Amino acid sequence: MIAGYNTISMGTGRKEFNPKKERPGLEHYMKEAGQATLAQIGGAGNVDEGVVGNFMASRFNKQAHLGAFMAMVDPGLRYKPSLRVEGACASGGLALVSGIKSVLSGSAEVVLAMGVEVQNTVKAIYGADILAGAGWFPRRKDGHAYFFPGQFSDRAGAYYEKIGREKARKAMARWYRNAIENARLCPTAQEFENKTADLEAQGLMEPNPKSFTDHLNVFDCSKVSDGASTIAIVSEEGLKRCGVALKDAVEVVGVGHAADDITALPEDLTRLNTIAFAAKEAMKSAGITVDQLATVETHDCFSIAGILGMEAIGLAAEGKGADFVLEGNTARDGKIPVNTTGGLIGWGHPTGATGVHQAVTIWEQLTGKAGAAQITIPADRPYGLTVNMGGDDRTVVAIVFKKTV
Amino acid sequence: MDYTERLSNVTVLGAAGKMGSGILLLTSLEIADLMLKPENKDRHFVVNAVDVTSGALPGLMNYIRGQVLKAAEKKVVMLRKVYAGRKDLIENSDIIEAYINDVMNLIRPGTRIEAAYDSTLVFEAVSENAALKTKLFRQINENNPHKPWIFTNTSSVPIGGLDKDAGLEGRILGFHFYNPPAIQKLVELITIGTNPEGMKEFALQLAKNMRKVVVPSNDIAGFIGNGHFMRDALYALGEAGRLSAEMPMHEAIYAVNRVSQDYLMRPMGIFQLIDYVGVDVVRFIMNVMNPHMPGENLHSPVLDELFDKGIKGGQYSDGSQKDGFLKYEKGRPVAVYSIEKGEYTAAEGFAAKADAWLGSLPATAMPWKNLVKAADKDAMAALAFADYKKSGDKGALLALAYARRSREIGAKLVSDGVAHSAADVNTVLLTGFFHAYGPVNDFVL
Repeated sequence: MIAGYNTISMGTGRKEFNPKKERPGLEHYMKEAGQATLAQIGGAGNVDEGVVGNFMASRFNKQAHLGAFMAMVDPGLRYKPSLRVEGACASGGLALVSGIKSVLSGSAEVVLAMGVEVQNTVKAIYGADILAGAGWFPRRKDGHAYFFPGQFSDRAGAYYEKIGREKARKAMARWYRNAIENARLCPTAQEFENKTADLEAQGLMEPNPKSFTDHLNVFDCSKVSDGASTIAIVSEEGLKRCGVALKDAVEVVGVGHAADDITALPEDLTRLNTIAFAAKEAMKSAGITVDQLATVETHDCFSIAGILGMEAIGLAAEGKGADFVLEGNTARDGKIPVNTTGGLIGWGHPTGATGVHQAVTIWEQLTGKAGAAQITIPADRPYGLTVNMGGDDRTVVAIVFKKTV
Repeated sequence: MDYTERLSNVTVLGAAGKMGSGILLLTSLEIADLMLKPENKDRHFVVNAVDVTSGALPGLMNYIRGQVLKAAEKKVVMLRKVYAGRKDLIENSDIIEAYINDVMNLIRPGTRIEAAYDSTLVFEAVSENAALKTKLFRQINENNPHKPWIFTNTSSVPIGGLDKDAGLEGRILGFHFYNPPAIQKLVELITIGTNPEGMKEFALQLAKNMRKVVVPSNDIAGFIGNGHFMRDALYALGEAGRLSAEMPMHEAIYAVNRVSQDYLMRPMGIFQLIDYVGVDVVRFIMNVMNPHMPGENLHSPVLDELFDKGIKGGQYSDGSQKDGFLKYEKGRPVAVYSIEKGEYTAAEGFAAKADAWLGSLPATAMPWKNLVKAADKDAMAALAFADYKKSGDKGALLALAYARRSREIGAKLVSDGVAHSAADVNTVLLTGFFHAYGPVNDFVL
């Protein structure tokens, strides 16, 4: 993959964000991100195919048919194949999988992969209705007003039972602190300007079941975000065509894509089994073990999802995710820096764009383009992993990337 | 008659007014909560929204709908439980819409007082006119077989007099909201000795359910809130008059307004507050209170003069400020009314001179919006007053004298038996006027 680009993750926290004023729509973000990637790969003429990952523009923006927006990004994309894919918050990951498959099949040498979501068109309480579409609709009636926070609050409650509430809450607060501290290093992050002094104290705020959920507070949650991310997926031939140096590319060496039954309830609330399956598949297909990873971008839609993700990926043993985080292993100076630009909690979560944003972050880190957020990639661990989850562990895309030079 | 039964048929008189609309909203939300309890599913509830201005009723209903929407959005976590049995309501938006419809279906807007003839509780929020209130209460009392309880929102008229004049046999109390009722936490509760058993307890329960802070006040005209505010305003008018020997009156008004805001660290200056409440309303309240205050003269010729010239302050229907003592642009004062010239004089022409005359404001004098967020507001305010005492500047001296007078007014409300305690006076000023510290504080001495 080459030529990644992220727009700002726009929403509360950004100075530019004013909910009372008219804001840019899908077109703005798609143009900005799409054109930025095209400029790095020699223009639209080099692109064979476009794919857009998007979750719910049909409700947030009353807009479907997003594949046909690619030609708006650049007239050079007119009449080229383009489609939109959807898998809830894993839509961005599905866009990558779709592009990878096209390249592997030989039907395309260069695929422009984009993820986009514009969610601040409605208040959070109505956004919760829309996002609940990532679950099985017959279960909506009995769900929480904030449906997904409710789902993951249940997971957090089960985890409290399993390992002890105090330790779990502390680990969740540490996860929040790491996210914000990393976001402060990335100018496009929604929490870039966060100035809170004691982040862990803020993260430990007691959940309020009357106004929110039983086991999560708002700091345990990812942001409501608008934004787009793009990256080009290319074959070796495509790389040459685009005139991009190998050192500016990352190699996709493993993919795991799995979906589970959306109508079924999780077998164990403290396990993210689909993530575990997909991550294992990705590493197996890459021929690596978890110890060889230099960095991970995991889907921390909620702090508890981040911690359970550490266990599911295999970085921590079952029930030890909280210890793993509290020991500092996931911090940017830890054993394996996780979510180095803030993840979904710190950078933001424009749902359909998140999977692509994760890939862009890994591409930046492995090619030395992460600016102030840059971490050191050890020579003996030249791999990065993305884990992008849709719904409550229902669709997962995991990708292993390798540094090229 | 229990709490729920008492609220089964309620009338709000003056419902389209600034206070009445807020009272209607709070009452309707409280009744909706009762109505939606499973045990009340077979009961019938009504809220009559009565106002003589027919043209204001559509706007009133739009206001209520908008406010109920906001309330529903805030409490949708709870509402999902309330509507758990309604299989057709699935998304938050479905539930919010259902709740709005349920609340709006409670309300019967109209112009006829006859609507109150079936009510068990009547909220009154008509103008501060004792004769009008008496007439309405008498009429309702004579035609309503349920012997309704009357909660008057009067901020100044003694309750005992209304009771006697309207022949209510004690079935009235003062339930005084602050403006705007939906936001302000304070309710002044004025009971009288002849109130029937359970009436005060019902009022306390209702205020609690409306999440209000209740401060009891004795039945003396003006009660605590206006008892302080009117005297505070008169003091400011007197100070401006005194300073007008040294400078034009409009500059004196500017100076006193600035002292009462920046030096006293209040949310707005005293003349801006008079404009906010309305020059006409303040004058009217003084007129209502004055006959009940032997040995005092609650009257200002300056207010009369402004009133006669049609300078009344108050708000436009969109909530923006009308010009009064001060002229406003985008909500900020930009000029001061010159009574001699009969026109506004731009502040930019004299503000620097008046500010220099006042002297420098000590750094310890925090802007109100900062002070009100401070952990120990009294201690922070005390630092500023300590600096005023050290300073010889005119602004500091005016501030000290002003704060001491405010303290004296507060203490007198207690010694006159209006308030039960200095703490109650402070609570009223803190919650009803958003002051950052109570007037009865030793650090101003």
